[in-house]
Amino acid sequence: MARTRLIQAVHDAVVEEMARDPKVIVYGEDVELSIVGDLRGVHEQFGHDRIRNTPISETTLTGMAVGLAAAGYHVVVQMMFANFFYTGMDAIANQMSKLRLMTGGQVELPITVLATIGGGSANAAQHSDTPYPMLMNLGGLNVAVPATAADAKGLVKTAIRSKNPCFVLEPNGRGGEFGEVPDGEHLVPFGKAAVRREGDAATVVAIGRMLKPALAAAAALEAEGVSVEVLDPRTLVPFDYGAVLASVGKTGHLVVVDEARECCSAASQIAAVVAEQGFSLLKGPIRRVTTPNVAIPYAPNAEAHVIPGEARIAAAVRQALGQSQKVPV
Amino acid sequence: MTTGLGETQAADHPGGGHPGAGPTQAEALRLYESMALIRRVEERLRDDSAAGKLPGAVHLYIGEEAVAAGVCAHLSARDYATSTHRGHGHFLAKGGDVRAMMAEIWAKREGICQGMGGSMHVADLAQGILGANGIVGAGLAIATGAAFGAKLDGDGKVSVCFFGDGASNQGSFMETLNVAALWRLPLIFVCENNGFSEFTPSAQVTAGRIADRARAFSVPVAEVDGNDVAAVWQAAGEAVGRARDGGGPSFIEARTYRIQGHFEAESFVLGNGRYRESDEIDAWRQKDPVAAFRARLVESGAASAKDLDQIEADVLDRVTDAVAYAEAGQPADPELAETLMFAPEPAPESEA
Repeated sequence: MARTRLIQAVHDAVVEEMARDPKVIVYGEDVELSIVGDLRGVHEQFGHDRIRNTPISETTLTGMAVGLAAAGYHVVVQMMFANFFYTGMDAIANQMSKLRLMTGGQVELPITVLATIGGGSANAAQHSDTPYPMLMNLGGLNVAVPATAADAKGLVKTAIRSKNPCFVLEPNGRGGEFGEVPDGEHLVPFGKAAVRREGDAATVVAIGRMLKPALAAAAALEAEGVSVEVLDPRTLVPFDYGAVLASVGKTGHLVVVDEARECCSAASQIAAVVAEQGFSLLKGPIRRVTTPNVAIPYAPNAEAHVIPGEARIAAAVRQALGQSQKVPV
Repeated sequence: MTTGLGETQAADHPGGGHPGAGPTQAEALRLYESMALIRRVEERLRDDSAAGKLPGAVHLYIGEEAVAAGVCAHLSARDYATSTHRGHGHFLAKGGDVRAMMAEIWAKREGICQGMGGSMHVADLAQGILGANGIVGAGLAIATGAAFGAKLDGDGKVSVCFFGDGASNQGSFMETLNVAALWRLPLIFVCENNGFSEFTPSAQVTAGRIADRARAFSVPVAEVDGNDVAAVWQAAGEAVGRARDGGGPSFIEARTYRIQGHFEAESFVLGNGRYRESDEIDAWRQKDPVAAFRARLVESGAASAKDLDQIEADVLDRVTDAVAYAEAGQPADPELAETLMFAPEPAPESEA
């Protein structure tokens, strides 16, 4: 184990995969200096044919990835902020998520898209979105949401080895946080949730950046005598519904915490599937804790007001349990 | 043998790239065959569409055949091409199989895309055909990415992007010209200027000259008569040769005309609306690229009318056979979509 910053873990994953496979090509805006920090030094190590700066042309960055992948390369596109997906959306929604089907399975599109998601940094509405619901809805994209350094490394490596488009969405503002990363080759499979805290009174599914406040809420609830199990899905596509259903089978209560906006959020999808497949396991209504259907405000106090935090998560758990058991006040 | 179709004659110029050399007799006959095949396929699709036999819309290439034929004559299966919603001609000229294309349009299991793509999305990766595309301008960035790959491979492959005057108004046109010029990618931009952005005359929606947009990025430009296959062949040969030799991208604007509508059966959506006059269509029929090339071949002595009749007869047989193949094909597998969204993954090497 090595104590590693999350962005360093992403860096290590990319470097290891570039060294392993000469067909791995990295590009994006400012990747040579690496303003995000996750690719620092990679240009010096691998040179212009393996990693290069691009113009600020997101429509072309995503489209070019499709052509370069079809030409036999494994493309890593660093898009910086997930809000910039919107500018590059045609190639994401109409090309990379669809062309395998549309060609009758002729094409493989090994593309990894890196970007940060979420707010919390006073970056205002155009740099603070959590837009994975639109990616999940397309059907042909893998979506990974690492919350720890170890998962960041393992999921990026799995993405780069995948034969399919994979979005690895790094938690905004958490890149400098340390975590223990296993030594040597470390891959994290897609579609396998991790239990971050065991408990038996309620299940909290916390996506990406929401893991940290969810664990804080769980600790606070523990002090109140409420034992919360916290699940980190790690990938949204594919999604480990089995792990959530197993946990709900134990606890009988589900709270899903998602920084995406409420309407058609990942939380909505997870809640719907658990309601369909696990209704008999539930002792009370499922609760979703999401960002309301607003743009993220700039002012830090206003931003903190809309993005789910520890207090709202804890309140949602108490509310969920209030349907069937007395919650200590 | 001289064909009299170029400024000078070269006996042998594989892969193109020899300025001033016209096509050899054999190449000229292949150009004619390529154009004739596209024409007969499109005419049959026109008729079958009118007869209600096709499940989806078709956008036909009648009148523009010289562009696909003239450019693709310089390409092999190793080279890449992206195409448009009007893509049957590019598919066939680039080496796509007529049976597999026809079966695709008929929505059959034997289709090149197993019936999952249809007319607007015919693709054959084994032939370097990265696909027709239903999104106007989408092929530009895909072709640019393939050209980047070709450049990294460093083995002389090139990438061609066919697009229309309509697509030249997409921002991706400027973006890809910039990237291709900056990185000196082996990319040939082929703008098929047929005068219409769907149902709107280009003059209403396009400022300035499209070729000037390429000149702004210092990309070499050729403006050619897109109904003259020898002129297209000549310009494409120079552009492909430059790209293969590491000289970077080129832009070809081929002025041509769409004889058919934006899509077949467009009268149903147009109602009483009209966006062009029949006189204009008739005038362009007089400049038919297939008939014009046939006349030139005969006049120059490069081919006899009998030779060309034989090519026509063979082509018609292939089209008839392809339609019979498509008609007899199996319906598409309705459950296939469930299995095709993701490629199978390699077995995991370790787990966390």
